[in-house]
Amino acid sequence: MAAASSSERTLIAPTEMTRRTGRFLYRFVLGSTLLGFTVTFVFPLYWMASGALKSSGELADPNPSLLPKSLHPESYSEAWSSVGLGHYFLNTLVLAFGALFFQLIVDISAAYALSKLRPVLGNVVLGMMLATLMLPVSALLVPTYLTVVDVPLVHLNLINTPWAIWLPAAANAFNIFILKRFFDQIPTELLDSARIDGAGTLRVLVSVVLPLSRPVLAVVSIFAIVGVWKDFLWPMLVLPDPTRRPITVALNALSEDMPANQLLAGMVMASIPLLVLFLVFQRHIIAGLTAGSLKG
Amino acid sequence: MTAQDLSPAPVLTTSDTPAKTVPAAPGRLARRLRENLVAYLFLLAGIVCFAAFSWYPIVRGVLLGFQQVTFAEPARWVGLDNFRRLFDDPLFLTAWRNTGYFTLLALVFGFAAPFLTAVVLNELRHGRAYLRMTVYLPVMLPPIVTMLLWRWFYDPGPGLFNNALEVFHLPAQQWLESENLAMVSLVLVSTWANMGTTTLIYLAALGGIPGELYEAAELDGASVRRRLWHVTLPQMRFILMITLLLQVIGTMQVFVEPFVLTGGGPDDATVTVLLLLYRYAFVYNDFGLASAMSTLLFVVLGLFSVVYLRLTRTKG
Repeated sequence: MAAASSSERTLIAPTEMTRRTGRFLYRFVLGSTLLGFTVTFVFPLYWMASGALKSSGELADPNPSLLPKSLHPESYSEAWSSVGLGHYFLNTLVLAFGALFFQLIVDISAAYALSKLRPVLGNVVLGMMLATLMLPVSALLVPTYLTVVDVPLVHLNLINTPWAIWLPAAANAFNIFILKRFFDQIPTELLDSARIDGAGTLRVLVSVVLPLSRPVLAVVSIFAIVGVWKDFLWPMLVLPDPTRRPITVALNALSEDMPANQLLAGMVMASIPLLVLFLVFQRHIIAGLTAGSLKG
Repeated sequence: MTAQDLSPAPVLTTSDTPAKTVPAAPGRLARRLRENLVAYLFLLAGIVCFAAFSWYPIVRGVLLGFQQVTFAEPARWVGLDNFRRLFDDPLFLTAWRNTGYFTLLALVFGFAAPFLTAVVLNELRHGRAYLRMTVYLPVMLPPIVTMLLWRWFYDPGPGLFNNALEVFHLPAQQWLESENLAMVSLVLVSTWANMGTTTLIYLAALGGIPGELYEAAELDGASVRRRLWHVTLPQMRFILMITLLLQVIGTMQVFVEPFVLTGGGPDDATVTVLLLLYRYAFVYNDFGLASAMSTLLFVVLGLFSVVYLRLTRTKG
């Protein structure tokens, strides 16, 4: 019990843990949990990455071996270049970072206006934005698709353009909700004193509000990238042109025709950026998770 | 939208600054007008995006259910025709039944597993960071990768699962090809992929239970099991309720699992509401029929959302 904060009291009393049976039971549960989690959640990822290194013949073997008999890292490079997954990977990058850019611009300025500038009827606008959180995404699939095909008033067809991903992504009520809640906690005096020093409304946002909001900006940015990166159905519908597909859609479309080891290599490539992002920003992701669900 | 920023209406304003209730002098009125204009300038992009891709589609979605829509000709009102055609489709009932079955199974697996996992994790004093990280790893995978991976695991030939069964001398299974097992197989993937989120939410909530409650129960001679039942569960009731509702709303919209793993088969055993909706809209291009289906889905999920909203309200 040395490592973690042993002072916090949970279901099982510290005294029960120190008894001999308690200690034995604790070690048993700890051991089986560690093993169980590794087998359940880590091993499948190992199986995917190592499967990509096996030869096609070995992959078809009905009795697979734990370690690849011979290493074939070339399936990674073949998947990247000759199957063209590199191209789809870049498509995903463009879609994800574009969506990040527009989400930040649109949602930060909206949350700033609603939190600090507080215009007439601002609460009505906020309420209408938050109301969309209650709607199931799938119920809006068809009408949003038809809107993207023919945007009202301007009559533009956004199909096969990245705008079909970027603009709907910018209408993100969850972002506005957590950004506004964070901005609300910034003291108004801070903004006022900057204004007395001659800073304009935009200047106050950029040099006072945003530097104070780094933690929440990190959460919003990570979720923006992860959301677009993982998406499948929407990009499949609005980017039907095979050359514009993100990697998720391409993997599904090509899964029947690609050699199994190259497909696995492609799956690893599609996952690595998100796994790295998670390992680096674990704390932020978990913070955002609980913030979104518990609603403070 | 523009009508709003032209009406500064000083008498209407809220009470956040008392100065505003004083009848405005002309200079002050101009300043308020300017402030509101600037504020709406900041809000403009957000309002445009929401109007085009959220608010307008919501209204349009409801209307579309009563229209016949093809790309060839302008939309035409058809009354309740779409709904009548929906009920005439034998797959319609199948889809709802399958979705209900999936949701039920997902709750059996997906509701208990994260809670028990979180309770165990909360007691462990070693390896917590590692365990917390591993349970969340599948959540970070793109769903399509998860599905393709599991399709390979379920493969009756070189698949991992039948190999594992063989090690324990158990009979091989037709994971995705058997009518009885296919839905269970989909629920297994879905639980594996999603349980990390709920586990971490529960873990955070468990950490918030005051230790004195356990101490008091212990002084009263309550065993571990009774403490779990009489302290942990009541303290977690609210968050359990919320996640239950969110999970029902989420699982009723299941799509990627059947789309990639079974395509709705075998023998329509895994056709879900959303899969059928997808077929109506994007295979048959019958957007009116699909919209009638979304309207029904929306009403059903809306009922759950209302309950959710009431729950969160009563807590706040």
